[in-house]
Amino acid sequence: MTTLAIDGLNVTFSTEDGPLHALKNVSFDVPENRIVGIVGESGCGKSTLINAILGLLADNGSIDSGSILFQGRDDLTKLGPAQMRDLRGPKISTVFQDPMGALNPVISVGQQMINIQYRSDISKQEKAQRAVDMLELVRIPDARAALARYPHQFSGGMKQRIAIAMALMMEPALLIADEPTTALDATLEVTTIELLKDLQQQIGCSVLFISHHLGVIAELCDDVVVMYAGEVVERGTVRQIFNDPRHPYTARLLECDPARQSERTRSLPTIPGEIPDLRARPRGCIFANRCHRVHDACAAPPPDHDVGDGHVARCFVANVPETVEATA
Amino acid sequence: MLTYFFKRLGLAAVIVSVAMFILFCMIYLIPGDPASVALGPRATEEMRASLREAMGLNQPVPVQFWNFYSSAWMGDLGTEVLSGRPVLTVVLEQLPYTLALIAGGITWSVALGIPLGCWAAVSRGSWADRIVGILSVAVIAVPSFVIAIYALLIFAVQLRWLPAIGAGEPGDLGDQLTHLILPSLAVGLGWVGYIARMVRASMLEVLEASHIRTARAFGLPDRMITYRYALSIAILPTVTLLGVGIGQMLSSAVFAEIVFARPGVGKLVYDAILTRNFPVVSGTVLVTTVLFVLLNLLADLIIGALDPRVRSSF
Amino acid sequence: MAELWRPIRKILREPLGALGLFLVVLVIFGAIFADLLTSFDPTRINPRDRFQGPSAAHLMGTDQLGRDLFARVLHGGRIALFVALVSTAASLVIGIVLGLIAGYGPRWLDNLMILLFDAMKSFPTVMLALALVTIMGPSLTAVMVVVILVTVPGYARIIRTQTIALKNSEYVTAAQSMGANPARILRVHILPNVIGPLVILASMDIPVVIGIEAGMSFLGLGVRPPTPSWGSMLNDGFTSIRDTAWIAIAGGIPIILTTLGFTFLGETLRDVFDPRLKGR
Repeated sequence: MTTLAIDGLNVTFSTEDGPLHALKNVSFDVPENRIVGIVGESGCGKSTLINAILGLLADNGSIDSGSILFQGRDDLTKLGPAQMRDLRGPKISTVFQDPMGALNPVISVGQQMINIQYRSDISKQEKAQRAVDMLELVRIPDARAALARYPHQFSGGMKQRIAIAMALMMEPALLIADEPTTALDATLEVTTIELLKDLQQQIGCSVLFISHHLGVIAELCDDVVVMYAGEVVERGTVRQIFNDPRHPYTARLLECDPARQSERTRSLPTIPGEIPDLRARPRGCIFANRCHRVHDACAAPPPDHDVGDGHVARCFVANVPETVEATA
Repeated sequence: MLTYFFKRLGLAAVIVSVAMFILFCMIYLIPGDPASVALGPRATEEMRASLREAMGLNQPVPVQFWNFYSSAWMGDLGTEVLSGRPVLTVVLEQLPYTLALIAGGITWSVALGIPLGCWAAVSRGSWADRIVGILSVAVIAVPSFVIAIYALLIFAVQLRWLPAIGAGEPGDLGDQLTHLILPSLAVGLGWVGYIARMVRASMLEVLEASHIRTARAFGLPDRMITYRYALSIAILPTVTLLGVGIGQMLSSAVFAEIVFARPGVGKLVYDAILTRNFPVVSGTVLVTTVLFVLLNLLADLIIGALDPRVRSSF
Repeated sequence: MAELWRPIRKILREPLGALGLFLVVLVIFGAIFADLLTSFDPTRINPRDRFQGPSAAHLMGTDQLGRDLFARVLHGGRIALFVALVSTAASLVIGIVLGLIAGYGPRWLDNLMILLFDAMKSFPTVMLALALVTIMGPSLTAVMVVVILVTVPGYARIIRTQTIALKNSEYVTAAQSMGANPARILRVHILPNVIGPLVILASMDIPVVIGIEAGMSFLGLGVRPPTPSWGSMLNDGFTSIRDTAWIAIAGGIPIILTTLGFTFLGETLRDVFDPRLKGR
């Protein structure tokens, strides 16, 4: 069964300068028990996507069309606020990027962990015990004493582990992790990733993991969704995306990854040009203005090209490997 | 924590000292002879001369200041002209009435201001928000003594719901509280506006914070998010605001005491002016200034007690 | 003319700003044309007409000395506006000078002046006023001195902060290095930059000043009788509030309308022209 099936999702924000088309025809699945990574530069629509799934879009944002099917039953785009609230927490939990600000500064960690169990009928002692168990699971030292402490008394890495503990304590069907390791330093990042993978296998949930760090995605995820300017330009398994990228954007993104630089270079390669203004989307391919393989056909909207085994790229030349084109 | 406290206490002492210096300059250096002010126009030249001698006015100015300054720190604010009682005793007798009035004003302003500001923030942009906004500006703008007189006119004289004058029977707490309702409303109404605006602004800021997004992402009920998670942070600046506001409430209390014929330091100093009881005037000004500075300090310490982030940074 | 019209149009677009402007214009109009709007002399005692309720002849009634209250309201506006304009202007000038000295002068002078400003602010306003009046005696001058003492520290602090920020900015440093003298730097480079926000803040202080004048006159410590003042009218009405409520009402309404008008106008001015000041 598919935990989350997003199909043809379109999200628009009304701004002073006219409508901003933030997500355009976004489609992908999060299968059960799998970790799906979303990768893309800042401004590619990752946060909008999370907020749309959680039903927490800002007041000026609206879902124009498409569906977000959760566990094959509920279409999240059609649920009311109360029904959405019932899903958030027990079914879909979230770990946010900012470990410094993600916890309430004036409520103790224990009280916050007890508060999120407000739906449960068990006693307050039992709720506290569950919190202690979870904190131990994410290796917070002296977990019982930690309950009485306030967020500012923990380090950034510990706060992020507490946030993970809170999210997994709900035993959700889907965990959304929004760049949970970006604010951490490299060693902490590795431990946090390992912890997350470990816990995911114990609890058996699906994970939607958002990051711009390709190394982390390759390490942790089963499937990868590449987003650019509010569109899914390519999706497939980790192996497919990293070994055989079919969209020119994915290819350039992999080339630019600092971890992949085999020889010492003076400057990191970058993709020239900028993301187009989302208030005035081009009719054709969104990446055309920066693409090194652009040709006349790109002025028309590119199709979602299935190159086999669920590997899809939104590009006219998805079937033509770059090397072939170069020799032709 | 302790170092912080003593540092703040030291700063407060410096501020009070400078305020005493300014007060001294006003009394002794501005043209006009305190002796003739105290004795009135019908006094003879000999009487003035002997009082000047008694008040130490013939000594050099720095010596005069030192006498004034050192005896004030020892609690000696001079003696009342008519009865000869120590000024400090007279002022401290009246102070509880004024403090009760200010406490009543704070109660009104907090009890109305926090819910109104919170309501306005939660229903941002709605007609409720607009009305709260306009009312807040309006009660801030109108001087408190006008509010006092109109409150007296409407609720005491016309509707006869509440008593008009006095502080109530001594020993009868219910009666004293009934007598406190209107004057403390006059003192606190303007601060309803300040607090509502402050709470609205800080509430809107807090609701944007990422920990509120976390709370929403866990599906916490809206009421819990608004009151437990957001308001508990948004009211923190209110305490600082009230610390500053106590000075203004003290001013409003003077008017409220006169309009409602209540005892208190305001009534004391007003009567002292009319009877040229000069040491009482300067003594009251000094005591209320010290009080104001101390209450400001207290507000800072309360913030420290309420906010765990500040608490541990001491 | 067009330059004057544009900001007024901006204010009129806000409902509250339009209301504020209307009230302010009404009060100013009433004060200027007081003699044309009523034929009564605000100070003439007329014992036969004592304590008359509002009527066609006396729009707001008469007081305990038979004086026409409408005439006293109009002429009281002159006093209120006079005090507000003169003392605010004086406060601005003094505040600017002190603020520039503190901000541009040596460090020790700056610290000393900040200490003095803080100490001034630690006196409760009314206590300061009462102490001053005891020494100076009740008068219009005493009212204005109180207003200046109360408002100057605030203006001076703002000017000081902005001056320090500008003093370290590149273009002032450049002017200094080219040998411009401090007085010229203050006049040409610093003053024009700090004056805008200050004028808006001062306009928001006008209702406070009007409140101080009315309050002190109410206590009998401000404007001397028989000069008409809204505060002393309120005191007249307060004395006989149980029998003749209209005197207190006549004294209070102009105070309420004027303070509301200036506040609504000031808030709109700030929001339209300098949103950064919000929350001060």
